[in-house]
Amino acid sequence: MNLRGKALKFCTVTGLPVLEPFVRLAAGEDPKEQIEGIAKFVVLPIITIGIFLGLWSIAAKTIVTGSAQLPGPMATWNAGVELFEMHSKQRAADRAAKQEKLAVAVQSMAKAKVMEEAAAKASGAEKEELLAGAMSFKKAAVRAANFVPKSAPTFVDQIYTSLRTVFFGFIMATLIAVPLGVLCGMSPWFNAALTPFIQVFKPVSPLAWLPLAGLVIIWMYSETSADDAFFQKAFLISAVTVSLCSLWPTLVNTTLGVASVDKDYMNVAKVLRLSWPQQLYKIILPASLPLMFAGLRISLGVGWMVLIAADMLAQNPGLGKFVWDEFQNGSSQTYARIAFSVIIIGLIGLALDRIMIFLRNLVSFGNASAAA
Amino acid sequence: MAVVAESTPKASTKPSERSQKTPTSSAPKPIITLRNVCKGYGTGITRNEVLSGINLNLRQGEFLAVVGFSGSGKTTLTQLLAGLIRPDTGEITMNGEVITGPDPSRGLVFQNYSLLPWLTVRGNIDLSVDSVFSDWSKGERRDHVDKFIEMVGLTHAVHRRPHELSGGMRQRVSLARTLAMKPNVLLLDEPLSALDALTRSVMQEEILKIWEEERQTCLMITNDVDEAILVADRIVPLNPGPRASLGPAFTVGLDRPRDKTELNNDERFKQLRNAVTNYLVAVRQKSRRSEAAMSTSPKVTRPDISPSDLSLPTKTILNSPI
Repeated sequence: MNLRGKALKFCTVTGLPVLEPFVRLAAGEDPKEQIEGIAKFVVLPIITIGIFLGLWSIAAKTIVTGSAQLPGPMATWNAGVELFEMHSKQRAADRAAKQEKLAVAVQSMAKAKVMEEAAAKASGAEKEELLAGAMSFKKAAVRAANFVPKSAPTFVDQIYTSLRTVFFGFIMATLIAVPLGVLCGMSPWFNAALTPFIQVFKPVSPLAWLPLAGLVIIWMYSETSADDAFFQKAFLISAVTVSLCSLWPTLVNTTLGVASVDKDYMNVAKVLRLSWPQQLYKIILPASLPLMFAGLRISLGVGWMVLIAADMLAQNPGLGKFVWDEFQNGSSQTYARIAFSVIIIGLIGLALDRIMIFLRNLVSFGNASAAA
Repeated sequence: MAVVAESTPKASTKPSERSQKTPTSSAPKPIITLRNVCKGYGTGITRNEVLSGINLNLRQGEFLAVVGFSGSGKTTLTQLLAGLIRPDTGEITMNGEVITGPDPSRGLVFQNYSLLPWLTVRGNIDLSVDSVFSDWSKGERRDHVDKFIEMVGLTHAVHRRPHELSGGMRQRVSLARTLAMKPNVLLLDEPLSALDALTRSVMQEEILKIWEEERQTCLMITNDVDEAILVADRIVPLNPGPRASLGPAFTVGLDRPRDKTELNNDERFKQLRNAVTNYLVAVRQKSRRSEAAMSTSPKVTRPDISPSDLSLPTKTILNSPI
């Protein structure tokens, strides 16, 4: 396949039809058609975004209460810039602190060395004393070298934590939902046994789950002290809530995918007399991957949506908590920062969705559909 | 497998009696035998008998074609032969043993190819070779696969996936996949019916060529009489269902190798084609008539009336409560 073909395939598989007209233009295709594509996928969205920003500005000027005002696009943008500046300042300060501590560590080591040399020459009680002194300096050096700046998490840290939580929850959900879904799809009896649970728990909101998830986590952690815990409680509560809400689409879609494997493929397996594991790994799983990934995509979307609410309630560091804390603080920047977070949450959700579309298209041979 | 069509008598235009009743000395022994096989689906009043009283001998080394209209149970017949479904009554034996399930010794080529879309051409063929010849070394299996890919002329497309292939190429892969299993019997379930007419005719010749190289026992189900005459030694019509049974066998005595264009002008070919087609059409007419006679729904008799006035009704009439 030539470069053009590859690039076009890339556009389809990644679900980025935006790039297609540019690829075709670069390949020297009829510009007229491509300009239509550009108008549709680039110019039109820019215009609608412009209209939206205009309406938003008007709304921002109109919606004013005694204490606060709806932030306009510019205020939101500035708040965002400020958040990122705060982040880089914080990082610089942390680096400086770390540097300082390292210098301290080097000095302590030097002192310890001097003392050790003196100890080598001295004898008796004096030697013991010098060696003890050297030891305490060494310990101080190690402590200083291992210093981790403990500043309040910045906006960027919160994004990172949120992503970590959502992926942890999502992976947990996948590990539960995919095997269960495969079993449900292969055995109608198993499916009938699980259907009541699936039907009842699927529509439950995360906020209802959260206290129960919290109770279970607290019970699990009742024996361990906070320092020994591998995960923080709040993190686990958020992640478990995310899993509980996001496992259903994967479960349902995997069941459907496995149950609807083309009968002819199964006939092929029968004629070849494949063993059960071979049937599973060579026929059933590959054949149900596209639907499974469609389910995973919905799951990740649901998980991301649920996470923000769960973070707010569980007080787990993350974007949800950031929004909640800003709301509680009530500074002049509050609403602008919240508006900025909303946009960032949306953009991250979009990116996650694209990644899942890409993965799904990678496993659906012959019918990779564009963004949908 | 060395027995070939030369020993069979000349093209007979009359439906001969099922010849296994009077086996000639040259008739090879049957490899697959169907005795009084019936198959239906559903129970109670929804019960639908598809095949009934099927008797057939597939002889070693012959190419047998079963011709029938669509919906007459052709696919059920191949699935029975492949062992994917079991007969309700009667038995199917292969070399004297009752068929209880699918087996690689009866290779089945599916009507809609059934290639696995996530595997390449090589991957699809590998799958069957790996599972059937699991005791061979890697190199042996590789050479074996290469041989069959070359046989169907797809060496240039080994790394393509099924969705990047044309219909004809897909069916070639499917054929290679089945042939590579080295089956004793090749079952072709309408292998060419999903192809366009031109590709179909190319593929017919291809199948014929491959068969002439291998001389494998082969049963092809088809709805195309010309195709059946071109490839087969014997043609057995499948009477239209429900309760479809097999008609009398027609022996195709045309010399091999056969050439499609030459055949078109061959008198024996034309006669045979007419005989088979007429038989099928007549049998269908009969079954339709008997079905109509069997039907329990009351006959609709139309009243013998004619309108007295053809003008449009007036508004008053339309609004009147009658």
